[in-house]
Amino acid sequence: MFRGQYDNDVTVWSPQGRLFQVEYAMEAVGLGTACVGLKSQELAVVVGLYKPENQTGLSQPKIIPIDRHVGICIAGITADARVLGKYLRTECLTYRHSYNAPYPISRLVWNLGNKMQISTQRYDRRPHGVGLLLAAYDKNGSHIYQVMPSANVFNCKAMAIGNRSQGAHTYLMKHADTFPYCTNDELICHGIQAISYAASIDEPLKLSIGIVGKDQPFKILSNAESLSYQRTCKPPDDARNHDMSWYPEALKEFEFTENDDAGPSDQGNAPTSQPSHSDVTPVTSGNQINDNKSS
Amino acid sequence: MMNNTFAQPMWLNGPSPGQFYNFMGGNNAPTQLPRELTTAGPYGTKHSTAAITTGSSVLGIRFDGGVLVAADTLVSYGSLARYQNINRVFQINGKILLGGGGDFADIQSIKRSIDQKMIEDQCCNDGVVMKPAELSSWLTRVLYNRRSRMNPLYIDVVVAGVDEVGKPFLGNVDLRGRAYDDFVVATGFARHLSLPLVRERKPKDREFTFEEAASLIREAMKVLYYRDTRSLPQYTVGICTANDCSIKGPFKVEENWTFAEGVTGY
Repeated sequence: MFRGQYDNDVTVWSPQGRLFQVEYAMEAVGLGTACVGLKSQELAVVVGLYKPENQTGLSQPKIIPIDRHVGICIAGITADARVLGKYLRTECLTYRHSYNAPYPISRLVWNLGNKMQISTQRYDRRPHGVGLLLAAYDKNGSHIYQVMPSANVFNCKAMAIGNRSQGAHTYLMKHADTFPYCTNDELICHGIQAISYAASIDEPLKLSIGIVGKDQPFKILSNAESLSYQRTCKPPDDARNHDMSWYPEALKEFEFTENDDAGPSDQGNAPTSQPSHSDVTPVTSGNQINDNKSS
Repeated sequence: MMNNTFAQPMWLNGPSPGQFYNFMGGNNAPTQLPRELTTAGPYGTKHSTAAITTGSSVLGIRFDGGVLVAADTLVSYGSLARYQNINRVFQINGKILLGGGGDFADIQSIKRSIDQKMIEDQCCNDGVVMKPAELSSWLTRVLYNRRSRMNPLYIDVVVAGVDEVGKPFLGNVDLRGRAYDDFVVATGFARHLSLPLVRERKPKDREFTFEEAASLIREAMKVLYYRDTRSLPQYTVGICTANDCSIKGPFKVEENWTFAEGVTGY
C-alpha cells in the first residue's frame, strides 16, 4: 500500500521490512521464457524454452556454457546474464590455471551469491535482473543450483523458473523421487516433458538442452539431437494440452538440415532487451560446443 | 580544551582530489605494483638470491599405499649447524605433506600462506579439501611469478600426499617454478646422492611396498649424513596414506664410525 514511497531505491526498506526493488528484480525473471533443471546421480540437465515468435533475427542463447563441468540456463535480462556468465567463466578459468582442477561448485555459487548481494545493498547499483539454473558435475556428484536476483542461491533437486513455469514445477515435484534413478535418456525426457507445460499449445517446442555429468563434459545438444529426444519422449501423462500427434506435426517445419541457419529470436526475455544483431548467423542455435573442446 | 590529538577522520575511503575514484567498490581494486617496487627504503629495495638460513636435503618416496617424506632436523647458518632440532616436514592438511628445503625463512613464509588457505577451506566447511596436486600447481604459479619479478622465494619443496580416492601424489617444486612429479623426488644433496640410489632399486612393473620405501629412506638418510657436510644424524619422516597423515620421529641414523680407525695418512 505504501509501495510508491519505498520502491525508488534499493537501499530503502519498506515499513513491513521488504526491499521492493529486489522484489521487482525477481519479477524480471518471470518475463523470461521457462527454464527447467533436474539431476540424477550422474547427470544434470538444463532445458531452456525458446519463443519462436518470428523467423527473422537470431535467438538469444538460453544456455551459456561456463566450463567443462558447469553450464547455466538463464531467464530474464540476457545482458545481465552475460555479465554473470563472464564472471563465472573467469572464476573457473583462473581456478583451473592456479590449481589445475575444476572449481568446486558449492564455492563457485557461494562467491556468485556474495557478488550479487553487493548490488542489492548499494545506492549506485541495481540487482541483476536474471535468474540462473546452474547445472554442474564435480566430485561431490551432480548439482542443480538456482540463483535469483535477490542473491539467494538454492541447491535444488529440480527447479523451474521463468514465464509459466508453475506447470513445469508441478511436474517436477510430482516425479522428483524418481530422478536420482533415471537413466540419462529418461532424465532428458523428463526435462522435455516438464518444459512442455510452459509452452503454448499452438507453437512448436523449440528447446535448448544442456547436459553435464560423469564422463560427460558440459554440452549443449545439437538441434538434431534435441529433436530426436523430443520425438521419442512420451508426452506427459495428463495430456491436457498436448496429444500424441501434436509433436510430429508441429515439429515438421523444424526438421533442420545441417545448412539451416535461421533460429527464432527470443524477444520474450525482457522489455529492455533487444535481440543482438551481428554479422554472423549461427549454423544451429549458436551454442554448440563439441565434446573435445572446452568452453 | 581543543585537544584534537585523537580526532577521527570524518569519512574514510572517499574520493581523493586529483585521483581516480573507484566507484565499483571492493571488487574492482586497481592493480597495484608488487611490494618490492613500492617499498620505501634508504637504498631502495634490494632483491636478493642469497639464502641465509638453509635446510638441506628432503627426500620423498611414493609407495603403493601413500608417500613418505624425510628430512633431517638441521637448519644451517652458512657452515654453522645453528638450529639442530627443527622439523622440516610439515603436515598441511589431512591429505598433504610439505617437505621444505632451501632458505628456511622463505619456507616459513610460504607455509604461512598455505596455512591460511587451509583455514579458509575449514571456514567454508563444505567438505572440499585441497589435494596435493592442486597445492603443487598453486605453488608452481606463485614461485614462477616471483621468479619472473626477479625476487624469488629461495625454496625447493617436496609436495606429497594422497587425493580423495587414496591415490598417492609426490611432486617437487623449485624456486624457479619448475614442477614435476615422480615416484621419488629430492632436494639439495639428496638430489645427487639419493635419487640414483632409489631409482636403481625401483621394481620395473610395480610400485614400492611400504617396507621397501621405509628401508630406502633409512639407507638414504644414512648416506646423506655420511656425505653431506650440512646434515645431522637426526631426521623426521612424514607419512601420508588414505588413513593417516602425520609426522613421525625424530629418528637417528645408524652411524658407524669404526672404519675411521683404518683411515691413515691424509
